[in-house]
Amino acid sequence: MGRITLEKVQKKFGDVEVIPPLDLEIDDGEFVVFVGPSGCGKSTLLRLIAGLEDVSAGEIRIDGQPATDKPPAKRGLAMVFQSYALYPHMSVRKNIAFPMKMAGMDQEEQDRRIAKAAQALNLTDYLDRRPGQLSGGQRQRVAIGRAIVREPAAFLFDEPLSNLDAALRVGMRLEISELHNTLETTMIYVTHDQVEAMTMADKIVVLRAGVIEQVGSPLELYREPRNVFVAGFIGSPKMNLITGPSAGQHGAQTIGIRPEHLDVVPSGGTFTGTVGVAEHLGSDTFFHVHVDGLEEPMTVRADGEVSLHHGDTIHLEPQPDKIHRFDADGLRMA
Amino acid sequence: MARAVSTQKKVMWTALAWAFGLLLFFPILWTFLTSFKSEATAIADPPVWFFFDWTLENYTAVQERSNYPLALTNSIIIAVGSTLLGILIAVPAAWAMAFVPGKRTKDVLLWMLSTKMLPAVGVLYPLVLLAKWLGVLDSRILLIVVLMLINLPIIVWMLYTYFREIPGEILEAARMDGASLRNEIIYVLTPMAVPGIASTILLNIILAWNEAFWTILLTTVDAAPLTKFIASYSSPEGLFYAKLSAASMLAIAPILVMGWFSQKQLVRGLTFGAVK
Repeated sequence: MGRITLEKVQKKFGDVEVIPPLDLEIDDGEFVVFVGPSGCGKSTLLRLIAGLEDVSAGEIRIDGQPATDKPPAKRGLAMVFQSYALYPHMSVRKNIAFPMKMAGMDQEEQDRRIAKAAQALNLTDYLDRRPGQLSGGQRQRVAIGRAIVREPAAFLFDEPLSNLDAALRVGMRLEISELHNTLETTMIYVTHDQVEAMTMADKIVVLRAGVIEQVGSPLELYREPRNVFVAGFIGSPKMNLITGPSAGQHGAQTIGIRPEHLDVVPSGGTFTGTVGVAEHLGSDTFFHVHVDGLEEPMTVRADGEVSLHHGDTIHLEPQPDKIHRFDADGLRMA
Repeated sequence: MARAVSTQKKVMWTALAWAFGLLLFFPILWTFLTSFKSEATAIADPPVWFFFDWTLENYTAVQERSNYPLALTNSIIIAVGSTLLGILIAVPAAWAMAFVPGKRTKDVLLWMLSTKMLPAVGVLYPLVLLAKWLGVLDSRILLIVVLMLINLPIIVWMLYTYFREIPGEILEAARMDGASLRNEIIYVLTPMAVPGIASTILLNIILAWNEAFWTILLTTVDAAPLTKFIASYSSPEGLFYAKLSAASMLAIAPILVMGWFSQKQLVRGLTFGAVK
């Protein structure tokens, strides 16, 4: 069981309020991703749940039990750190065994669980090595192994993939997702990478300056961003956000159109501009288009076969039912 | 990328390094040789190198004239005692500064180091008067306390830099893994801190062993360590180079042996934890 409830949780460092009072409900077995730009308080929030930071006010409950004043060791949560935080003086085996040793588990059960975790994480051949002798990906696996053997109520991941190279990151992302499917344990995952958030989460919590901007499934956030910030943060490449007369025509302060919701038309179209940079990915091509009267270039996703080059004129027509409208406060309009 | 170095250059640098090393080693070698000479050979001009009648008479004379075992015992007790006392005080101090730094931690550290810039002789008079008043002149306990105080800033600084190297996330990981404070200290902190503490102990034993200002001025007989023992041979009766050399060899031998066996730790200690 791993149901986590935050009620009016607040965090101040001195006079600085990092997290204003905040409510959040995390269901058992959910994969929740905290995402936001750096400094948005996502790691602090995770550390509050872990118990590594004390809340300034509010209540944290784990499985209905008050946990606010419990030390981290007593909360039954496991954490994977960005720096892996392995014990450098212990072998991989001892690293993985450490939480079980602390729990006073009998040796046979320890060995059984180590063997199981090592097999699941491809670490069997490395059990007697020290962390210093392992690659980044292997160290990350050891950190995960150390977390899973104690069968915690929930896993907390603090940007676990940001120290890995791009190829490895994609692989580990899949492994963690699969792990979640197998274990069906609650996972809370902090990242600044919205692609990780979109691909892994059951539920995404978008944070900015300690405030929850929106909570929802990846597709909810993608389809109906609650405000301009979420609209701009979720989705890659970014949504085109347009202000001025073009937005006024739709009765909004700002309109948002995702690159994939702009059609390239032979002539006419709402927007006409010249192609700046064209990024050919094979399956798709992204054009950065300088549209007359707009400050920012627009991004358009087109078919991989479309051949337009730098300086070519391009006509664009947004799909009418895919235009997001936001009011003067940046909030989504019905 | 490794730099390509020609063999010629390598030979040149090796020779230069050896020459420099031998230059530094020369005084010790000369003392060693002189300690086996007769007093007449010791002051011979031109100096005699290896071909003289090797004799142990200086060592015998030194043993007869002064109490080497007592001086050695005093040196060991004072050096080890002041170091351990210093460690006892410095570990919690460095710990607090490394793991729970306050606003003024950096200032406190610098202030502590600045006390090392004070000329020792400046506090000689008050210290002697104080010791006299307390009735602890020429006692080991006085030297243990004084040397501890003198080396404390260095001990705190060294430990602080070592403790700073221990990543906080590892301690947090231990906490998440269910370790109590006691287990965190036993299984995670101590094993990671021990090499640093060991280096600090070694370096400070050597510093205390060689300290020659306070040890000579604050002792007469009972608490006189090896530094005083050597000094007593540059005596009013005139210089006896051979005997002085024999006394010096006897004084530095224990620390040389210790240094030889703990070279690796020492180098780590001397670089203040900068080399990982």
